[in-house]
Amino acid sequence: MPEALIKLEKVSKTYPGTQIPAVAELDLEIYKGEILVLVGPSGCGKSTTLRLINRMIEPTGGRIYFEGEDVTDVNPDQLRRKIGYVIQQIGLFPHRTIAENIATVPQLLGWDKAAIDARVDELIETVGLDPKIHRDRYPKELSGGQAQRVGVARAMGADPDVLLMDEPFGAVDPITRDRLQNEFLRLQQELHKTIVFVTHDIDEAIKMGDRIAILQEQSVIAQHDTPERILAHPKTKFVEDFLGSGATLKGLNLMRAGEVELDDVTTIQAPTSRDAVLKAIESSGGQWVLMLDEKGIPKRWLDRRSLDTTDSLDQAGKAVQVTVEPEDTLRDALEKMLQSAVGTACCVNPDGSYRGVVRVETLVALIDQLQTAERDRQAAMS
Amino acid sequence: MTAGIAPPPPATEEGLGFVGAVRDKIDLIVTPTFFVILAAAVGAVWTYSDIDSTTARILSWDNLLPNITDHLVMTFWSTVLVVAFAIPLGIFITRPRFKGFAGPILTFANSGQAIPAFGLLVIFAGAFGRGQQTAIFAFTVFALLPVLRNTMVGLQQVDQSVIEAGRGMGLSKRQALIGIELPLAVPVILAGVRTALVINVGMATLAFLIGGGGLGEPIYAGLQLNRPTAVFISGGMVAALALLIDFIAALAERYLKPKGI
Repeated sequence: MPEALIKLEKVSKTYPGTQIPAVAELDLEIYKGEILVLVGPSGCGKSTTLRLINRMIEPTGGRIYFEGEDVTDVNPDQLRRKIGYVIQQIGLFPHRTIAENIATVPQLLGWDKAAIDARVDELIETVGLDPKIHRDRYPKELSGGQAQRVGVARAMGADPDVLLMDEPFGAVDPITRDRLQNEFLRLQQELHKTIVFVTHDIDEAIKMGDRIAILQEQSVIAQHDTPERILAHPKTKFVEDFLGSGATLKGLNLMRAGEVELDDVTTIQAPTSRDAVLKAIESSGGQWVLMLDEKGIPKRWLDRRSLDTTDSLDQAGKAVQVTVEPEDTLRDALEKMLQSAVGTACCVNPDGSYRGVVRVETLVALIDQLQTAERDRQAAMS
Repeated sequence: MTAGIAPPPPATEEGLGFVGAVRDKIDLIVTPTFFVILAAAVGAVWTYSDIDSTTARILSWDNLLPNITDHLVMTFWSTVLVVAFAIPLGIFITRPRFKGFAGPILTFANSGQAIPAFGLLVIFAGAFGRGQQTAIFAFTVFALLPVLRNTMVGLQQVDQSVIEAGRGMGLSKRQALIGIELPLAVPVILAGVRTALVINVGMATLAFLIGGGGLGEPIYAGLQLNRPTAVFISGGMVAALALLIDFIAALAERYLKPKGI
């Protein structure tokens, strides 16, 4: 049994002036180093539950344990300095620079200036920004995705063991969200934080969660398990409905692009010539070759016909607009494949360099397997 | 202001646009222009019109200088008192725990401004006796409302998610107030202080009624003795002074605003 870092024991919250509790006698254990996703329809109390953990909302009943210690009655300000907190609106302080924002908690804890400076630079880099460029900027100069990264960096300011994240990627566009999710999962592999993550999006829950708690009204846990088991064995009608139709396709959320066998295509690295490309197409036997730039980053799909119409290799064929990262789920990969001009998704390493391709055929075969498994299971159940 | 050298618009949708850009600068252009025109007019009248001995006496520096000093002293102290009372009061009534006080306190501030200025002065003179101090107290009450209201609005318009994030990281209520809410409310509060300042410059003209001095004295003398030149020049001085102070306040508003907002 893994160690529970945070434990909620019969925690409830009834707002003054109401009879029905918003959260009713919730028991929840959060293990060290896991990402626990609280997911459920709007109004189920998932955000309230999250905010009960750092006592942004004071519980009206029950006990909260943090590292084995009862923190139900300790000073909430002190408690919160040990728990990172990321909200959907981010809430960066607009009058403070990025560095000052990230330094918030270290400053509250009285770190010395040199330590704070070093930590700030480290964190800006950790979330994929450049300290030289971003350190002294103000939040309004950041894009939505950058602001969200700074929000995460700020929450990790004093290196807390626990992060609470309330729909952290809810306010950015789908492509940026996908990238932030991937980056965050990569980060988590190094940092092993204990994370409670709230979302209303079941796909995001399946992608991010080591375990998922599906909540219904009043934060009653409908099912609490690994994504695999929830998809395979939804316990109640509510869970089944919440998962929605196409549970098979949801299964694609469980597998990551980095885990399936990637196919290879013929690649050719820039700088190159038209003749070299034509030769490569001929020797490959296929229709397309993939042109990489000097750093090995996929740039364009080229075929024979596209070279007939133009001489410039930078104009010919189709540009590679979206790429799949190893942390992307196969569902993400499927979406990107549909956006790709050639029906094949390029998979890249974290540095953007070419890694392989995911073909439609690969996914179709996988979906077949999943469906067979599902049919077998249903047959076994009936 | 050329479009070519304008800095790139910020990442948020706060780009000012042409109208916005002009409005942004209007304080810094229009007020000094009026000031210069007014000063020139006052100077011209003073130089070129017939000035008899009575006018000359009213406008002598020996007479004017103490009045100008009194005027500035009253403006300064009444504004300082307004700031000292209204800002803490505004903070107080925006705290959730003391919300109940907001109504009565706002009513009081409202009535301060609703009573005609002259009436307020007379009431205060009746209660506290004549003199400059009484005048300063009366002006303080009169100008309380804009600063109080702007402090309230300034604090209320702070993005709740910014406060939530701050509290969630372990800022205490006091730290969140001092470190986040107040700095973010500064632009709105300053706008209120500027309004109070302008009100007080104007009001100080009435202080002579209860023996408080100020530039109302030479204006009144000019009226009594039927010397329109003296009235025009001292009136022009009050107006110029008001414009000058408003301009300084506009500069303060611009440069005391925290960076990044």
